[in-house]
Order: sequence, then structure tokens, then C-alpha cells
Amino acid sequence: MKILVNGKRKDVPEGTSLSAYLEIEGLDPQLVSMELNGRIVEREEWASTGLNEDDELEILFFMGGGL
Amino acid sequence: MEMTEDQIHRYSRHILLSEVGGSGQVKLLNSSVLIVGAGGLGSPVALYLAAAGVGHIGIVDMDVVDLSNLQRQVIHHSKDIGRPKVLSASEKMTGLNPDVEVKTYQVLLNSENAREIAAPYDVIIDGTDNFSAKFLINDLAVLTGKPLVHGGILRFSGQVMTIVPGQSACYRCIFREPPPAGAIPTCSEAGVLGVIAGVVGSIQATEVLKFLLGKGELLTNHLLTYDALTVLIRKVGVRKNPRCPICGDNPTITELHDYEQPVCANPV
Repeated sequence: MKILVNGKRKDVPEGTSLSAYLEIEGLDPQLVSMELNGRIVEREEWASTGLNEDDELEILFFMGGGL
Repeated sequence: MEMTEDQIHRYSRHILLSEVGGSGQVKLLNSSVLIVGAGGLGSPVALYLAAAGVGHIGIVDMDVVDLSNLQRQVIHHSKDIGRPKVLSASEKMTGLNPDVEVKTYQVLLNSENAREIAAPYDVIIDGTDNFSAKFLINDLAVLTGKPLVHGGILRFSGQVMTIVPGQSACYRCIFREPPPAGAIPTCSEAGVLGVIAGVVGSIQATEVLKFLLGKGELLTNHLLTYDALTVLIRKVGVRKNPRCPICGDNPTITELHDYEQPVCANPV
């Protein structure tokens, strides 16, 4: 199925959870926060939250630098 | 307040803008901004706000200038190595614009001193380089109701978000708590293209000027992300999170709190 991740079309298997998606992309869950269809999903719910066709997912990265 | 002939000349390019005009410029001259961090982000912020004639600017940083800072911290010069960053920054700001009154705080912002330091200022800018400071500053803004412009950079990327407490999403609405210590590399570990600090800091300064002037749309309820390698600038909509631990429906954070995270200090 097709979803939109950070504005880009992505093809993911049916029933992929948010945790599974991070694993597919090789992203460390500690580095990000995730927003699904405009709502932040709490970290504890990533494993139980499934992606659906046409979902809009934003993966937001911690950026701690500044000095 | 009447502007002098010199001031009208100095700020003429602002005054020409209908959104600023003479009255907007006077507003800026009467405004106060606190910049936390006189480094990569703090440099462009401090220089542009001083040039713009923001009348009262506080700048907080406990560090001294190190040779490795000069690749991006453009407010400091080679001759400043070893000198307190706040003094080096203050000299450049008042040298650029003597209209600006700069107050320096050569301390580490913490839960004990933050409220007192921030009290006289209209807006806070986050130019710090670690999560303990970023979360402390967010909490300070929310608990005192002061607007905050958050900025963060790493490698070739940066992010900016404007927070108007009570009205828009705060940093914790997106990032609930700091990542585990060591999980995210700092710029001193992972590197940063120096100019990224200039891009992100300049956007932060622009947000502050728009807020002070009351013009345009702020980056509230949005996280702006910039990726230099792909030249992708995205404005990601975010909402106030009802489960946010500090500004949500049932806040669990009601006091300032210091996180035990190593501060990214220079090896001096």
C-alpha cells in the first residue's frame, strides 16, 4: 500500500506498524518522534499502531545542536 | 519615543516597509529579547537583532571562545579565543549598533536561575546545544508564558519552531522528553556544516522580529525542517498535544527541572 512519509510516496506492506516501519527504514526509534495524520503518536503506541493506505506519516528528528 | 536623524537613516530600509514603518521600528527599539547560547545559532541571532535595533538584548553563555567554534560562530573572531563568549558577542553587537543595550550572563542556565534571568524579556531564543537546556528553556517558556523560538541543528540539517505558550504546540508536544543520554550525537561528535547555524539562526531572528512587530504568520504549530543536502525546506504541521506533560490537559510538570545530561562544553 502507498503512504506519504515526510512528503514522499512510499510503498509499505499491509499491516505495517509504526515500529516496523522504522525498522524497515533502519531508523533508531530513540532518534525520532512520529506524527500520523497530524497527531503525535506516543512512543508506547508505536508497536500497536498500524499504517493504512494514504496515511501521512511525519518522522521528526531530535536535533540538539546549536552552539 | 522619537527617533533621531541618525536612527531614521540607520533604519531607513526597515521604515520603508509598510509592515514596519516608523512605529514598528520604535517597537523594536523598545523590545527585549533573551538569547540563550552565544554560539552557532546565537551568533546570527545576536548580530541580526542588534542590527535591526532590538533595544534590549540579554545573552546567556558560560563558555569561552575556542578555536573550533570559529567555523560557524561568526560573532567571535580569532582574537577572542579564550575570552568569555558573552563579552565577545556583546562587543560586536554594540559595535554594530550602539542603540542596543546588551546584558550579559556568563552562567549556565539552570532551574535555579532561569526564571530570574528571563523575567525582564519579551521573547526567548534557544541557541543551545544540548537537550537538557532545550527542555529547560521550553519548560521555562511554558511556565512563564513567554514566547520561545526553538532552533536545532545537526550535520546538514536544522529545525525551527515558534512557541506561543497557551496558544500553540510546545516542544514537548512533539518531543515529550529528552532522548537517553548518548543516543543522539551532539555537533561536537557528529559535526555540522557551519553555515547551517547561519540559516537556522537567521530564521529564528526573523521569527522574533515578526513576533515583536505583530506581522505575518509565525512558525507556531509548525516545525520547519531544513535539509541542506537536498535543499528541502518543509513546514510540518503539528498540534497542541492534549497528552503533553507540560501544556496538555493534565500536566505532570509544574516546576523547572534540570536533566542530568552532559553539557557539550569545549575541551579548554
